[in-house]
Amino acid sequence: MSLWVDKHRPRVLDDLHYHAGLSARLRALAASGDFPHMLFYGPSGAGKKTRIACTLRELFGKGVEKLKIDQRVFLTPSKRKLDVNIVQSNFHIEITPSEAGNYDRVVIQELLKEIAQTQQVDLSAKQRFKVVIINEADSLTRDAQAALRRTMEKYMSNMRIILCANSTSRLIAPIKSRCLLVRVAAPDETKTIEVLRYVGKKEGFDVPDKIAHEIAEDSNGNLRKAILVLEALKMQSTDLDKPLTIAKPDWETYCHKVADMIVQEQSPQRVMDVRAKLYELLSHCIPPTVVLKTIADRVVDQVDESLKADIMHWAAIYETRMRVGNKKIFHLEAWVVKVMSLYKHFFYDIDMSGFDD
Amino acid sequence: MSFFQPQTRSAPQKQAADPQHQPWVEKYRPKTIDDVSAQEHTVAVLRKTLTSSNLPHMLFYGPPGTGKTSTILALSRQLFGPDNFRSRVLELNASDERGIAIVRDKIKNFARQTPRAQAVSSDGKTYPCPPYKIIILDEADSMTQDAQAALRRIMETYARITRFCLVCNYVTRIIDPLASRCSKFRFKPLDSMSTSTRLAEIASKENVPVTDAVISALIDTSHGDLRRSITYLQSASRLSMSTDPPTDIIPSDIEEIAGVVQSSVINNLATTLGVELVSSDAMDVDSSNGVKAKGFDAIRKTVKGIIRQGYSASQIISQLHDLIIEHPTLSGRQKAKCALAFAEADKALCDGADEELWILEVALRVHKALST
Ligand SMILES: Nc1ncnc2c1ncn2[C@@H]1O[C@H](COP(=O)(O)OP(=O)(O)OP(=O)(O)O)[C@@H](O)[C@H]1O
Ligand SMILES: Nc1ncnc2c1ncn2[C@@H]1O[C@H](COP(=O)(O)OP(=O)(O)O)[C@@H](O)[C@H]1O
Ligand SMILES: [Mg+2]
Ligand SMILES: [Mg+2]
Repeated sequence: MSLWVDKHRPRVLDDLHYHAGLSARLRALAASGDFPHMLFYGPSGAGKKTRIACTLRELFGKGVEKLKIDQRVFLTPSKRKLDVNIVQSNFHIEITPSEAGNYDRVVIQELLKEIAQTQQVDLSAKQRFKVVIINEADSLTRDAQAALRRTMEKYMSNMRIILCANSTSRLIAPIKSRCLLVRVAAPDETKTIEVLRYVGKKEGFDVPDKIAHEIAEDSNGNLRKAILVLEALKMQSTDLDKPLTIAKPDWETYCHKVADMIVQEQSPQRVMDVRAKLYELLSHCIPPTVVLKTIADRVVDQVDESLKADIMHWAAIYETRMRVGNKKIFHLEAWVVKVMSLYKHFFYDIDMSGFDD
Repeated sequence: MSFFQPQTRSAPQKQAADPQHQPWVEKYRPKTIDDVSAQEHTVAVLRKTLTSSNLPHMLFYGPPGTGKTSTILALSRQLFGPDNFRSRVLELNASDERGIAIVRDKIKNFARQTPRAQAVSSDGKTYPCPPYKIIILDEADSMTQDAQAALRRIMETYARITRFCLVCNYVTRIIDPLASRCSKFRFKPLDSMSTSTRLAEIASKENVPVTDAVISALIDTSHGDLRRSITYLQSASRLSMSTDPPTDIIPSDIEEIAGVVQSSVINNLATTLGVELVSSDAMDVDSSNGVKAKGFDAIRKTVKGIIRQGYSASQIISQLHDLIIEHPTLSGRQKAKCALAFAEADKALCDGADEELWILEVALRVHKALST
């Protein structure tokens, strides 16, 4: 049995719950026959992929839902073999470039050329083009982005690209210039509650007000999270009447512990302890940026107002260095030390000017 | 209107050329160099080469959507005509493998071939068809330094029979020895006049009524990138036609499509940071009289709200920048401090840094600059 997030995922534009204006725009574009390349962006769980799937359905009809998964082998320039899973229907193909790592350029180019050179064989197809969906487009390497540029222009007659990303700042300007940008905002609390109620009704129960509010607030606009939590709670107690606490994921609790450790004591020994914990988090594949932001958010809640801005300033600086640099842990650690020294400085009013920068 | 087009079944091979369904950017790509808007200097120089049978190596550079690729393709087509194009022009772009091996192999092989004799043109026109070939290296800024270095010799050795045209956004990414072998042509962001003329032309050919206000919204949102303004125009026209009854395009449609952040969002952020709003926009914000900057928590909350809305950080920062830099009462010193923060954020975002952290950073620094 599938999870509620999938089971109750809207399939057509008309069933989408919020941003009705946006749905209408997508419908108009799909009907016009000269559909542009598009870039959907917005926070995680806001409904980008759902909206893309609905748009495809509008473009091609029910046929796009018949998916098959292919495993394909690509050859890198250095003759290494790469296995990549590819989801496709008769009308579209979907790739997640992070699966190809540093060789995303090779994979994308081969696929695109292949698609561009094959004509739509299905004569009943509503459109003459095929659609290529690129998920997590903001993690495309620069190389792969550069390679997309001319391809997007050259093969426009039988191919359209839909990019899906969390943010646009990691995409190069020429790519943005070639796409119609579509922002998908996260639903606000009322809208989230509406969706929760709807899912509840479909499953044959009413979601109590209080629960709905709590889930919506906790989800922070991430609808996927909200629906998953609702399902989990319902499994715990069928009546949803007992006071419930929404369990935080382990890594979050762990990050909070690290934050508390930083605030409680500032010493070389503490740095070592924190370091061990950071390693633990990274080795569980929690993205370093998420680790840093979660810890920082918790730290600033516990310190004096005059320190908060500085702590966030250094979080921004060290996060950037982490992106450019290679060893994530170095920069996480450096930030921890920086925060400890700021904190000590503040408490004992030591002259720390030698530590600036 | 697009469904069930009978001709798509009877003549599948013609599908690609059906202009009715082509995006306007491709449909209105300049066919000759005289179609190219703005870029007068470049066009004037290139026009001479059409008659003189002499062409230097060239380097085109400039921001996206200013006509670089269109110009070189149009020029090549005018020089050689459709029948000789294949044998005389080699176009390679970033999607092609262009490592050093390819440079040594494919490019060199093409460069050394003696140009084939002119084929009789089937369309009855005569083309200058000068005695050389052209190699177009589009998006050359994504070529590695090594590959570029390998080009140097080839460019010199076969200069008599082969001309190179390098096309790129950032001229600094082309190694000096290559750049110095080429005549450089800078493609400027399109000025308002040229953009507006071109857009008006397209609109009238497509029978789309546009007002001056719409054109000026297109100019403001596309920053001299013609491709972008054409895409916006086409999308806006699709949307306005789809309503029942069809409505006219209005400037706010364009802003919506272009992802401009509503001024109420920016104003709300600004007041949280202690910026006093003086324009008429201040009406949108409840606390328009006697702004008082709020503390860290309020700022963080506002920033988190913005992130939830999915706005792009660079768009937020650039609009906040405009508001602050053009602010009538802030001191020069305050503006300077803010400007530093904006600049650092821009760099960090280009390096792929986290958007939330940097909007917050900018916000906190503006807040600090204004409260001292
Ligand atoms: N100067 C111009 N005159 C007329 N049309 C233009 C001009 N510049 C851009 N366009 C329009 O924009 C489209 C894209 O232009 P073009 O491919 O030449 O851009 P480019 O400069 O090569 O951009 P990039 O750096 O992103 O490759 C063209 O198809 C055309 O419709
Ligand atoms: N407009 C919507 N109306 C109702 N439910 C939605 C809507 N958008 C998304 N959802 C639900 O939220 C889940 C996550 O959406 P998804 O499209 O995967 O988000 P994103 O791609 O932005 O991360 C979907 O599985 C679906 O159940
Ligand atoms: Mg997703
Ligand atoms: Mg180009």
